[in-house]
Amino acid sequence: MKTFRVENHPILGKLKKGKKVKIVVDGKEMDAYEGEMIASALLAYGKRIFRYTKRYKKPRGVFCAIGRCTDCVMIVNGVPNIRTCVTPVEEGMKIETQKGLGRWR
Amino acid sequence: MKTVEVAVIGAGPAGIAASIEAAKQGVEVVLIDENNKPGGQLFKQIHKFFGSKLHMAGIRGINIATKLLEECEKFKVKTLLNTVAFGLFEKNKIGLVNEDRKSILQAKKIILATGASENVLNFPGWTLPGVMGAGALQTMMNVNRVLPGKRILMIGSGNVGLIVSYQALQAGAEVLAIVEAASQIGGYGVHAAKIRRAGVPILTSHTVQEVFGNDCVEGAIITKLDKKWKPILGSEKKIKVDVVCLSVGLTPLTELAWMAKCEFIFIPALGGNIPMHNWNMESSKKDLYIAGDLTGIEEASTALEEGRLAGLAVAESLGYLKSKEASKRKAEVRERLIALRGGPFGELRRKLKEPFMQGDEIKK
Repeated sequence: MKTFRVENHPILGKLKKGKKVKIVVDGKEMDAYEGEMIASALLAYGKRIFRYTKRYKKPRGVFCAIGRCTDCVMIVNGVPNIRTCVTPVEEGMKIETQKGLGRWR
Repeated sequence: MKTVEVAVIGAGPAGIAASIEAAKQGVEVVLIDENNKPGGQLFKQIHKFFGSKLHMAGIRGINIATKLLEECEKFKVKTLLNTVAFGLFEKNKIGLVNEDRKSILQAKKIILATGASENVLNFPGWTLPGVMGAGALQTMMNVNRVLPGKRILMIGSGNVGLIVSYQALQAGAEVLAIVEAASQIGGYGVHAAKIRRAGVPILTSHTVQEVFGNDCVEGAIITKLDKKWKPILGSEKKIKVDVVCLSVGLTPLTELAWMAKCEFIFIPALGGNIPMHNWNMESSKKDLYIAGDLTGIEEASTALEEGRLAGLAVAESLGYLKSKEASKRKAEVRERLIALRGGPFGELRRKLKEPFMQGDEIKK
């Protein structure tokens, strides 16, 4: 499957992927690679909406990508408000689009 | 409570350089960073650096980072990763959180090298997924090796905007245009020339009026500005893009310095409020040193030199370096810093920083 991953790069060379792991995104199983951040794994498949705001239910996605702005937070393994841009994927990780402030599951 | 001679907060270029320089003199150093990897923003800088050989010019940021981390290991800098320094308290105590564990570290000297964060720009549609910092795009494509979109509009033509646009092309994306509100390109001519040669238009006296899309960015409307920076009616142009990048400057991350009650000075051209400091990179608070973008937004190369200065200064104040030797070494670093602040771009920063350069007193 064609993804948004940068497989070949003129300076950085060929992408060295980590071990393949399965993650579950909104109930759907997806492939990701060890060492990859959750946000990058999602962007790789073109998922760009990570959460909806509480009052106006507006979509939000990756904004700063270095763990400062908290725009990309999602529910990860039942815990809301996890900064997906600085949290690496793990085998079997459950990731859910967050609505508002999220809910502990 | 653990104690250490020197705690350095922030493992970017300034913090790493400070740690290495102090550890080289025999100082016991703990380097703290909230990320799971040291290096700060160096690992996303895949372009060659500027300056002379002394400043590691011609070497890519990513390779500089690798070399610095090797030196950290060689000189036994202890690095605490995934650790947030959440507060500075009396008697040089630093509050740390690692995962869910809190601890306090007391240091004889503290060096703050917390860096900066990207500025945002407010326009209709600015919160849509797909609008992001230029640094965010850089992290995604160069570090995480994924493209958040394929058609990019860059707002701002400073060095970050120019360099990241070029790197987007290298990563396989298309850059539709670089939009610049000023009548002149903001960054170095050499970077601008490179991106122009690649066929990317740089639209000066233009701004983004609106970004639109249902749930994500689907396009943007750009407009021409008159001499007073007012939009010219009828000049609007719609472009189809899926990513809009903001490269509109940076702001120093000053939280810890405020908490420590450092004295500040407001210099917009250096990014806003910055802690006052002297040529030893000492702040107005005893035992508290600062280095890098926190002291005013510059570049990784100047951050490295400021870090070295801070490292030498703490080593001297702890008695690991005789004052004559310290003066000599610091003079070398200062000379390199002044050289880095040459040229039409550096000159302004040099002038703004000059008040700090008068001797070792803390002055406005």
